[in-house]
Amino acid sequence: MAEKVPKRKPMVGLQPEGDVDWSSYRGVLVVVEQRSGQAKSVSWQLLGEARRLANRLDAPLMALVMGSRVSHLAQEAIHRGADRVFLCDSPELEHYRTRPYSRVCLHVIRTYKPEIVLMGATYTGRDLAGAIATHLPTGLTADSTMLDVDENRLLLASRPAFSEKMLATILCKQFKPQMATARAGVFEALPRDESRTGEIIPVPPQLKPEDIATEVLEFLETTGRVNLEDANVIVAGGRGLGGPAGFRLLRELADELGGVVGASRAAVDLGWIGHDHQVGQTGTTVRPKLYFAIGISGAVQHVVGMQNSSYIVAINKDPQAPIFKIANYGIVGDLFHIVPAITEAVRRRKAGAGEPRPTSAPQTV
Amino acid sequence: MLHLVVCMKQVPDSREIRIDPKTNTLVRQGVPAIVNYFDLHALEEALRVKDEHGARVTVISMGPPSAEKALRQCVSMGADEGILVSDRAFAGADTLATSYVLAMAIQKAEDEWGPVDIVFCGKQTLDGDTGQVGPGVACRLDIDQLTYVEKVESLDPVKREIIVHRHLEDGVERVKARLPVLITALAELNRPRRAGLPGVLRAARYQPIVWTTNDFPNMDRSKIGLRGSPTIVSKTWVPEPKQVNTEFIEGDDPAVTAQELLGRLYATDLPQKLGWA
Ligand SMILES: Cc1cc2nc3c(=O)[nH]c(=O)nc-3n(C[C@H](O)[C@H](O)[C@H](O)COP(=O)(O)OP(=O)(O)OC[C@H]3O[C@@H](n4cnc5c(N)ncnc54)[C@H](O)[C@@H]3O)c2cc1C
Ligand SMILES: Nc1ncnc2c1ncn2[C@@H]1O[C@H](COP(=O)(O)O)[C@@H](O)[C@H]1O
Repeated sequence: MAEKVPKRKPMVGLQPEGDVDWSSYRGVLVVVEQRSGQAKSVSWQLLGEARRLANRLDAPLMALVMGSRVSHLAQEAIHRGADRVFLCDSPELEHYRTRPYSRVCLHVIRTYKPEIVLMGATYTGRDLAGAIATHLPTGLTADSTMLDVDENRLLLASRPAFSEKMLATILCKQFKPQMATARAGVFEALPRDESRTGEIIPVPPQLKPEDIATEVLEFLETTGRVNLEDANVIVAGGRGLGGPAGFRLLRELADELGGVVGASRAAVDLGWIGHDHQVGQTGTTVRPKLYFAIGISGAVQHVVGMQNSSYIVAINKDPQAPIFKIANYGIVGDLFHIVPAITEAVRRRKAGAGEPRPTSAPQTV
Repeated sequence: MLHLVVCMKQVPDSREIRIDPKTNTLVRQGVPAIVNYFDLHALEEALRVKDEHGARVTVISMGPPSAEKALRQCVSMGADEGILVSDRAFAGADTLATSYVLAMAIQKAEDEWGPVDIVFCGKQTLDGDTGQVGPGVACRLDIDQLTYVEKVESLDPVKREIIVHRHLEDGVERVKARLPVLITALAELNRPRRAGLPGVLRAARYQPIVWTTNDFPNMDRSKIGLRGSPTIVSKTWVPEPKQVNTEFIEGDDPAVTAQELLGRLYATDLPQKLGWA
């Protein structure tokens, strides 16, 4: 079989040779992520933050929109703060694939020379950023939660380290652009402003024959699978639920609140619920507005994945449970009595005339 | 026979890492080192391919001499060879420098045991925590990357085709690719096996192969270790522990407690943020 393998020409050493003049690199570029013409919320959040950086640098804010039938997003990026938008609209870019997308990014970066490139720390964003940074090559900071620039135009990208026990500020002094991926839900998008104007620059796709080797056969939208990353409300349960039936109680509460169900690893390992529900170090890191920790003790591996929720409600029969240390609201007691009571109370409030009512609209766009 | 490479990193067990409250620095002393959690899933998937189709599984790790122990653990599970890429000159590497050394090591493994068909990496490491090394290695080897794989649907070694399911925030993508590819493994992919007795016995006697910079005559010194790493950690700090004044809601009647909780939630900015108002 070995002889059938075509000879590859690996590009192991990708560093630029000799002295490069970095001074021509100016401005901030945000790569907009979309699926089926819908932008990810993190893209607009990043544009909002990048606007602030660009103003401090006194440099243009650029956005790159790639996909198939996505020209409306170029206009939208201008409404959201961009001065210049590169638009690569081509049927070949219908689905995200690393090679074709990174070729377009590399083309734009090499031609228009931004000093900073930002993308969302989503699955796709991380896949793409890792490839581009290696090709350029340049330094890349993953999962930033704070961004700033200093007087030397250096990007200060700060991120959690060592299971969120520390924060570290990472610099890239040697190369341009300085790259970072940033977490969703951390930065604020600018209000949409239709009076803003900007320039849209079409960019041709940079397809090569070898790009065809990988093919997206289909995209199966999450049905019955949970989207913890984008959820605003998470109702999470642990070993205290006693079994899969306990999760039904949580689901009812989550449904009332327009939220989704999360879980501790203990509950997942016991097979009570799927791994895609697991919150924590080896599950998903979440930042919802509201997080219920129900029958969860609060082990550090769980806590690192949810401590940045805006509000945390803990329900546990053990008053010493560590989860109470980080909870805004604590209820000591038996979850089997308390959870149905909360569900009922929410239902009543929603039914009550004139009462404020929870809507079931988890933000995904 | 297929040749599979698993990139494995030995990491400090982050459960055990504490912050010294006086100095605000990491206490690493006495922290046990383990095989990076996701790399066990990467290895398990390689071993499954080996069980089904027959393959040579080479585990490669860049790290200090103590990482031999982690390599032995991989051998005990069924890996054929464990390679420790180790040299003081590699110290301080960021993801760009790490992927350079790993790509060189994979090419050397190809010279020794034949072309590589699949490279398996973990989703991310518990300490570096970037998920960037996998894509970096794929780029440098000029092979396609399939990241965040939660299922290998099929592998056809004759047609050299693989179909996997990639996990995304809002769904699953079925992707077909041609070998050679690089895969990064999620925990959903499989349950890592326990080592059997023959594996344990073999591992006890096994001596991992060690490669140093001397084994890479073409290695560019400016691209390894601290020097080859464009990113610099300029400062680290311990975030102020979130000062939470937990409001306990007490009472014997769950209905009253629930009402009280809702009342307090409604008094925050949540109704506005969540569109409850
Ligand atoms: C490498 C590694 C990675 C890990 N990654 C993760 C991760 O990503 N996510 C994660 O969650 N964990 C993770 N863990 C596991 C973690 O250490 C804990 O074991 C786990 O979080 C505990 O889950 P739990 O809180 O549900 O269970 P327990 O610790 O058993 O807690 C159950 C709680 O339920 C309460 N309870 C019981 N009955 C009731 C009742 N009727 N009403 C109210 N309360 C009740 C109890 O008082 C107790 O506090 C990891 C561990 C390791 C080693
Ligand atoms: N020093 C290393 N040696 C071998 N493999 C590594 C090393 N560092 C990272 N990897 C691989 O790259 C993956 C992603 O690592 P990271 O980018 O650090 O999150 C890991 O799960 C490993 O498979």
